[in-house]
Amino acid sequence: MNAYEGLVDTGEERHWAFGTGFTAALSGVDRALPAEVDTEDLTAYCLMLGDDALILSQRLAEWCSRAPELEEDVALANIALDLLGQARLLLTRAAEADGVACDEDTLAFTRDEHEFRNVRLVEIDCGPGPGGDFAATIARLLVFSTYRLALLQRLTGSRDPVLAAVAAKGVKEVAYHRDHAAQWTLRLAGGTEFSRERMVAGLERVWPFVDELFAPHPVEARLPGIAVDSATLRAEVDEVLDTVFAAASLARPEVSPLATVAGRGGRDGVHTEAMGYLLAEMQHVHRSMPGATW
Amino acid sequence: MSAREVAAAVLDPELPVLTLADLGVLRDVHEDGDHVVVTITPTYSGCPALDEMRADLTRSLTAAGYTSVEVRTVLAPAWTTDWISDDGLRKLAEHGIAPPSRIGRRGPVPLNLEPPAARVACPRCGSLRTRELSRFGSTACKALRACGDCKEPFEHVKEI
Repeated sequence: MNAYEGLVDTGEERHWAFGTGFTAALSGVDRALPAEVDTEDLTAYCLMLGDDALILSQRLAEWCSRAPELEEDVALANIALDLLGQARLLLTRAAEADGVACDEDTLAFTRDEHEFRNVRLVEIDCGPGPGGDFAATIARLLVFSTYRLALLQRLTGSRDPVLAAVAAKGVKEVAYHRDHAAQWTLRLAGGTEFSRERMVAGLERVWPFVDELFAPHPVEARLPGIAVDSATLRAEVDEVLDTVFAAASLARPEVSPLATVAGRGGRDGVHTEAMGYLLAEMQHVHRSMPGATW
Repeated sequence: MSAREVAAAVLDPELPVLTLADLGVLRDVHEDGDHVVVTITPTYSGCPALDEMRADLTRSLTAAGYTSVEVRTVLAPAWTTDWISDDGLRKLAEHGIAPPSRIGRRGPVPLNLEPPAARVACPRCGSLRTRELSRFGSTACKALRACGDCKEPFEHVKEI
């Protein structure tokens, strides 16, 4: 009798790991592709939104057991889980629009760096460890969740029924993430001299990556009625961030945006140095043992 | 028992005081001869209990004699805590979990710079003098609170 027998796949969808029973993320959702859509563009757009969620989820998971307090361990892990759920739905949609026989796992674990379409804000190292600290992580979460909430709210009206449904679901989750980040921003900025210093430094750390969120992308322009034009989100996001900054007596950082490489940034697969290390860790097990199940 | 009755009686894996019907995630049960199609919706996009629910539904319906079971997922309309039945709210409170308030129709999402004022009653002593300990709890759908009168900590299914 093998002592590990009870752990292996019994044919039921009960094992929560990649490769086992996780293929039904969109089962039963109306998946008809919208009329007159370039499927290559739709795939690219789903990857943009899915990769943002996947990569930030990976970064937040790094805080597990290392947050300043137990409650925050649980909070960051829960936020990561919400984003991972959104990523699964979006990557599944990307695979489906693409029409090639691949799935969410293939997209998450076997693409190379230049194939990821996330903004660079989500990939940079904001801690734990020397790349940042809790305040930098909160600063990134504040900016990202404010941007994503504005984006998802618009996306609920998308002509693509799957994107609209994923967005409607995500709005409630991301609104909670934004409140969490805003409340921590106030606590850190209004806490001790040291915590305030860290909050200011955290915002300066992430601010060079903010402009990229609102850079219009040709893929968005080619998907009228389906995608959201990022540039139109700026005013709304600025208003929310200014409200938080005013309440926290913080000034908007004056830092120049990070340059693109010949006009290409994260959305085009041009990433920062941190991305390769992140992918190495995220994809290691899957690539070492292709098709492995637990 | 009809397939609907069997499916409605399956318990939520993470809040086992509630049935899937109480929780409001069971959207439809359609019987076509021996074939049953059950439609459920996730509470949160990343809720890991969804796969467990799917397995539990299949197991219960198979045990009840339905040979062909299909479980589908719908995302729209998105689940909110308003989908929890009145019976469900009562059962949560009976088991020491503060139920969510009804939210009703919503408009634009407001920014909350402060934790919401305490309108959550302690499920043990009924006191309204409760405070939030943590905005996130043991599952995606719960927050952790404590009562200022009886001093007991308790879980709260947060309104979304």
